[in-house]
Amino acid sequence: MHLSRTARIVLGCITATGLALIYLPLLLVLLNSLNTDRSFAWPPSGLTGEWWGRALHSPGAREALWTSLRAGLGATAIALVLGSLAAFAVHRHRFFGRQTVSFLIVLPIALPGIVTGIALNAAFRTVLEPLGIGFGLFTVVVGHATFCVVIVFNNVAARLRRIAPSLAEASADLGARPWQTLRYVTLPALGPALFAGALLAFALSFDEVVVTTFTAGAGTKTLPIWIYENLARPNQAPVVDVVAALLIALSTVPVYVAQRLSSNTAGGRL
Amino acid sequence: MRSANPWKASVAAGILLLAVACGSGGGDGGGAGAAPQKSVGKGEGRVDIIAWAGYAEDGSNDPKADWVHPFEKQTGCKVNTKIAGTSDEMVSLMKTGQYDTVSASGDATLRLIAAKDVAPINTRLVPNYRDVFAGLKMRPFNSKDGQMYGIPHGRGANLLMYRTDKVSPAPDSWQAVFDGAPKYSGKVTAYDSPIYIADAALYLMRTRPALGIKDPYALDTEQLAAAVSLLKKQRQYIGEYWSDYQKEVTAFKGGDSVIGTTWQVIANTAAAEKAPVKAVLPKEGATGWSDTWMVSAKARHPNCAYQWLDWIISPKVNAQVAEYFGEAPANARACRETADPHHCAVYHADDESYYRRVHFWTTPVPQCLDGRTGVKCTDYADWTRAWTEIKG
Amino acid sequence: MSTTSRERGGRARLAALLAPPLLWLILAYLGSLAVLLLSAFWTTDPFTSDVVRTWTTDNFRSVLTTPVYRTVALRTLGTAVAVTLLDALLALPMAFFMARVARGRLRRALLVAVLTPLWAGYLVKAYAWRVMLGEHGIVNAALAPLGLHGPGYGATAVVIVLAYLWLPYMILPIHAALERLPAHQLEASADLGAGTLRTLRSVVAPAVRPALLAGSVFTFSLSLGDYLTVQIVGGRTQLLGNVIASQVTLDLPLAAALSAVPVALVVCYLAAVRRAGALDSL
Repeated sequence: MHLSRTARIVLGCITATGLALIYLPLLLVLLNSLNTDRSFAWPPSGLTGEWWGRALHSPGAREALWTSLRAGLGATAIALVLGSLAAFAVHRHRFFGRQTVSFLIVLPIALPGIVTGIALNAAFRTVLEPLGIGFGLFTVVVGHATFCVVIVFNNVAARLRRIAPSLAEASADLGARPWQTLRYVTLPALGPALFAGALLAFALSFDEVVVTTFTAGAGTKTLPIWIYENLARPNQAPVVDVVAALLIALSTVPVYVAQRLSSNTAGGRL
Repeated sequence: MRSANPWKASVAAGILLLAVACGSGGGDGGGAGAAPQKSVGKGEGRVDIIAWAGYAEDGSNDPKADWVHPFEKQTGCKVNTKIAGTSDEMVSLMKTGQYDTVSASGDATLRLIAAKDVAPINTRLVPNYRDVFAGLKMRPFNSKDGQMYGIPHGRGANLLMYRTDKVSPAPDSWQAVFDGAPKYSGKVTAYDSPIYIADAALYLMRTRPALGIKDPYALDTEQLAAAVSLLKKQRQYIGEYWSDYQKEVTAFKGGDSVIGTTWQVIANTAAAEKAPVKAVLPKEGATGWSDTWMVSAKARHPNCAYQWLDWIISPKVNAQVAEYFGEAPANARACRETADPHHCAVYHADDESYYRRVHFWTTPVPQCLDGRTGVKCTDYADWTRAWTEIKG
Repeated sequence: MSTTSRERGGRARLAALLAPPLLWLILAYLGSLAVLLLSAFWTTDPFTSDVVRTWTTDNFRSVLTTPVYRTVALRTLGTAVAVTLLDALLALPMAFFMARVARGRLRRALLVAVLTPLWAGYLVKAYAWRVMLGEHGIVNAALAPLGLHGPGYGATAVVIVLAYLWLPYMILPIHAALERLPAHQLEASADLGAGTLRTLRSVVAPAVRPALLAGSVFTFSLSLGDYLTVQIVGGRTQLLGNVIASQVTLDLPLAAALSAVPVALVVCYLAAVRRAGALDSL
C-alpha cells in the first residue's frame, strides 16, 4: 500500500497531537508536585521541593506502595496460571462451549467495576465471613486476579495462534515427550507474551480503585486507595502529585523492557 | 459446559450459591438491648476503628499529626484504622461487626442505634466526658431516651461561602443560593448528599411558614416535596455539587464556584491560598454536623475502645484533631491546648449562642423528630431517592 | 494408542486445563454476580438498612418505572457511546501511524509512550483534568484567543476525561491488529491495482474491525460503570455508577437491581461483538 507523503505527514501530526494531549495532564501533575500552592491551583504561585521531601519520607505512601506491590504480584501470579491454562485449553482443544469460555473470561473486565465490586463484596460477606475470613489483602487479590485473567489469556492465546504447529510437531518427531516440548519449545516461545501479559495485568491491578474500595478491609491500603484518601485530607494534594510523578517515571522501565523483549510483536495485548 | 449460552452457566452458579446465601441467616442484631459497660478492664491489645480521614492520624501522612502512636504506647492497644468516605459507608462497615468504634456523624448515628449496631455508652467510664461542652450532651443525634450512645468529638456548621470579588452585596441569607441563585447561574455549589435537603428545608422553614416545618430533619411528604421542588429549581443554576474538600477549595480558588455551602476549614484553606472568599452563618441559621464516637454492640475489644474514646477527647488530643481536621473541639479544655490560640474563637467552639443557630445533622426517621404524632415523616431512604431525582 | 483412549486422554487434559480457571471464574465471579442478582429480589429495612430476605420484584419495578433512572441510564449509555466514538476516532490514525508508518526505534518509543500513562494513576489524571478544565485552567486559556470558552465541568468534561483515560485501551488492540497485517498482503493489493482507499477498505478495514470492537469493549464498559470521574469533573451530572454507589450502603437490593442495567447492556454488547470475532482480538 502506498501512502502519499501528505497522508504520512497528516498521520504523524495526528499522532503527535494525540501524544501531546496524553502527556499534557501528566506534565501538569509533575508541575503541581513542585507547586507551592497546596490545592492544584492554576497557575502555580511558585516552585518548591518541599512536597518531594515530604512524599519521600511518608511512611503512609511507602506502606501503600508495598501493599499495592503485593496485591499486584499476587493477582498477577494467579492470573498467569489461570490465564495460561485457559489459553492452552482453548487453543489446543475444540469443544462445545469454547466460545463461552472466552466470554466468561472477558466478563469480569467488561462489567463495570462498581458492579464487580459490590458483587464481590456481597459474596465475600455471605460466604467468607461466616468462615471467619475477613476483608483484607486476600480479598483484594481475589478481586484483582478475577479481572486480570483475561489479560494473560489474551496475550498467551494470541501468541499460541502464532507459534507454528510444526514447531511442536518437529519436537515430537525428534522424540520429545509432550512435557519436554512444553518445557523446551512452547514455554520459551511464550516467554515474551507471558511477560507482557503479566506486566499489563500488574498495571491494571496497580491502578484499580473501584473494585479495591469494595474488597479491601481495614488497614489494607493500596496506593490508589491511599491517593483517594489523601485527596480528602487537608494539604496532602501536592504529596499525591509527587507520588504520581514518581510512578510515571518508574513505570517507563518495565514498559520499555517489555517492548525490548517482545521485539517485533505488539508487545502487550489487553 | 455444553451450551454456548453464558446465562446457563450463571444460572447454574446462581442456584449453587442460593443455597449458600440463604443458609447464612439475616442480621438479627446480636447486641439487642445491651446494657452499657460497667467497667473498663485491661486492654485487649488492639482496637479496630472506623474514622473520617484525619480523625485517627498516625503520622504516616503528616509526621506532625500523630496521636495514634502515643495512644498505642500508653495503652498497649494497637490501632487499626479504616477510613470511611461517607456516613453510609460507616453504617455498612459497622454492620459487619468487625470494628470496635466509629466516629459517626449525626446522619448515621440514629441508624446505628436503631439497628442495635452500637451499644449505649457509660459516660462515667470516660473521665474526659465531664469537660465536653454542654451543648453537645444528650442531643437527639447522639442519645436516645436519656441515654448517651457515644462521646462527642467535635462540631462544625455548614456555612455560606462566597467570593468577595464576584458576589455583592455580601449575602447574609440562604436566599442567595435559592431564590437568588439565577444571579450566579452556573457558579452556585451545593453539598452532594441527601442530607443537603435539610438546607432547603431550613430555608423554607423561614420563608414559607405556611408549610409548617419545625425541624429540617422532620419533613412529611408534602414538606419534602416542597424542599425537592426548591432544590430542583436550584439545580439549574448549580455549577457543581461538591463532596470532597479538595474539589471545593479548587472550585472557589479557580472561580468555578462563587457561592455555596462550605465548612469553616475549607473557607480557611481557600483564604490561606489567597482566594478572596468569606464564610458566614446566614440569618436563617444553618445545618451542621457533630461527630460522635460510638462503640459497637459486638465490640471484640471494648476496653481498648473505651480507652480510645477517652483519649480522643482528652484536651491535648482533641485540640490536635480539631486543628488538623478544622473543626470545633468537643472538650472545653481543648481550647487552651491548641497551637493557634485563636482556633476555638475562629470555630466558635465555646460560643453556645452560635451553635444554637445550627441544626445538627440528624437521620430523618418515620417517627417525626419534631414531636408530631398524627403524621408519618419521610425517612433517609426517601431522602436518598429524592436526591437522585433532584440531580436528574 | 487407539482413537478412543487418545480421545479420552485429550478429554482428561482438557479438563485439567480448564478446571482451575473455570472453577475460579464460576465460583469467585459468577457466584458473586448471582449473589448480587439474588439480593435484588430482597428488600431493605428502611431505617436500619438491614437487608430483609423477603422475595419481591419491587426493586426491578422501581428501576423500570422511575423516570429519573431511565434518564440517567440513557445519559450513561450516551456517554459510553460518545467516549467510544471519540477514542476510535483518535486511536485509528494513531495506531496506524505507530504500526505501519513509524519504523524501528520510533515505533518502540511510541508504544512505550502510549503504555506509560496507564501507570500514572486514574485519580491523579482525573484531578489533573479538573485543573485544566477549570475556569482559569489551561483549556480556557488556550481557547480564549479564539474567542471560545471551554466546556467547564459537566457531561462534556466527563466524556473528554473518560476518553482520555481509556484511550490506550483502544490503541493497543488496533495497533496489534495492524501490525499483524502481513506486508505482502498490502503489496498484493497494490499490485492488483487497488488504490490506497480501496486497500484501506478491503484489506485494512476487515483486519481492524474486530480489534476496534475489542477496544470498544473496554472503552464502552469502563465508561458505563464509572462514577469517580463524574464526581471529579461531572459538575452537576450523575451517571448510573453514581446512583448505584449512592444506594450501595443504604439499599443494597435496589443497588443490585440498578446494577442489572449496565450488566444487561454489557452482556448484549459482548454478545453483539462476539459475532464479529472481537473477543478473539482482545
